[in-house]
Amino acid sequence: MESLLQVRDLTIRYRSADAAPRDAVAGVSFDVARGEVLGVMGESGCGKTSIALALLGLLSREDADISGSVMFRGENLLALNEKALQKIRGAAISMVYQEPGIALSPVMRVGTQIAEIVRAHRGQNWKKCREEAFAMLARVGLPSTERIFSAYPHQLSGGQLQRIVLAQALVCEPALVIADEPTAALDAQSRADFVSLLRELKRSLGISLLLISHTPEIQASLADRMIVMKGGAIVEIGRFEDLYLKPTHPYTKALLARTATPALRPEGDRSSAAREHLVETL
Amino acid sequence: MAPRAQLATREADPLMRTVNLSKEYVQRRPLTRTAFKVSAFEDVDLTIHRGATLAIVGESGAGKSTLAKCLALLETPTAGEIWFEGKNLLGLRKSELFLAHRQIQLIFQDPTSALNPRLTAEEIIAEPLAIQKIGTRDSRRERSLELMEQVGLPARSADKRSLEFSGGQRQRLAIARALALEPKLLILDEALSSLDLLNQRMILTLLADLRAEHSLTYVHISHDLRLVSEFADEVAVMSQRRIVEQRPAAELFARPEHPDTKALLAAMPSLESICMRRLA
Repeated sequence: MESLLQVRDLTIRYRSADAAPRDAVAGVSFDVARGEVLGVMGESGCGKTSIALALLGLLSREDADISGSVMFRGENLLALNEKALQKIRGAAISMVYQEPGIALSPVMRVGTQIAEIVRAHRGQNWKKCREEAFAMLARVGLPSTERIFSAYPHQLSGGQLQRIVLAQALVCEPALVIADEPTAALDAQSRADFVSLLRELKRSLGISLLLISHTPEIQASLADRMIVMKGGAIVEIGRFEDLYLKPTHPYTKALLARTATPALRPEGDRSSAAREHLVETL
Repeated sequence: MAPRAQLATREADPLMRTVNLSKEYVQRRPLTRTAFKVSAFEDVDLTIHRGATLAIVGESGAGKSTLAKCLALLETPTAGEIWFEGKNLLGLRKSELFLAHRQIQLIFQDPTSALNPRLTAEEIIAEPLAIQKIGTRDSRRERSLELMEQVGLPARSADKRSLEFSGGQRQRLAIARALALEPKLLILDEALSSLDLLNQRMILTLLADLRAEHSLTYVHISHDLRLVSEFADEVAVMSQRRIVEQRPAAELFARPEHPDTKALLAAMPSLESICMRRLA
């Protein structure tokens, strides 16, 4: 498969006043192919979100040292200036954030928030931008109605807001979408609906997706290949099926073996045995 | 501790029982200011057995969190009774209610916003004791350190503030604070959902250990049926403001009866079933 994004030896180190600098991401390399869903899995603080932010140039150079290279369509994103990045961000590479309630402006109608992205990147007149935004509602499974288009975020449910954020990400037809825990704020039913929507959009639009999620069920539903990260480094990378059936790293095993959870049940010392197992794995 | 088989025989003496519990909010329409009622939940009859873990599951908006706040006496239900150790808590006077808070503690979904960022870990844990005027400053500090150890936080971090801890550690801190008053009932409102899988497991293990040590009873509010299936003794399913089914967990997962329970289960296929489908 043709590769769309090549990340080589990406290292991110945050500067902090009081503590010794630590590599949040240490020498990470991976490729994302065209039309592929690459899952990124790992516990909180393992560097998943740092990678996403670095790809989009959203980490301030004052707070973080970034080295390595991120090649996208023949350009090293890490070497681009802010102006060049702004052209790519939201248009060629876009992001779906974890908390739609925070990602959206509370004082602006959601339809306008989709339209302004078209406006920023294509410079068309407002009427045209609004039409495109309106058409986008149906693609993300929302009713294409004035009621949704003119709603403020607080008038919509969490599942609807996440679709709005997705519409923002897709409206300029990006080649790559980065989704950072896109279902974390959703309940079971909306989560299931959102996952099938993503799967369908991937098929119909042929976009590549970098899917950051620590939920194994989400990864299993969407990821073609998966990266398992721990402490800022990749411990395992491969096709999802291979990682699920034959994990080579014990950490992958722990992440994907959902049923092995120590039960909160009274019968004997099951919990302490399970904890020993956990401590060993970690 | 009540193994599942014994639950039935203990029904005569549950720790908490609610009868026809309802909560309504009065809201006003914008501009016209006409009042209308919004019901959060209606006619909830729950039985919470001593030493057991009851999970209350349901989709968002089902009324779970308001129910949690009512059970923890942080909100006053509009109708019904909450029987706790032979007393109807809703008939208590203010001073009695203040003491009842010692028995029932609540742990919130987001530990970051539940903890005062200006206080140190030790002060956070000691605060409930100070509010209830228990012990001296020194004894409270001692108790804080003891609790930190019990929840697996190093004593050397006693003077750190909550934002210096990781998400999992913050939830441990919230648990330590909830345990400070030695409650009998701990209500966890989506207490695991802000944590990643490994932290969830470690907190579950901790809760299991604490249950044995402190003879605790848990009410666990969650939308994650899969997670619940791993630790709950009993499950109550809440849908559209009502409890539609309350049964022992194994039974409910094996033979869900109510259509809403089935829908909830169908919305969360297990990792195994998703992978089976992929590999097929």
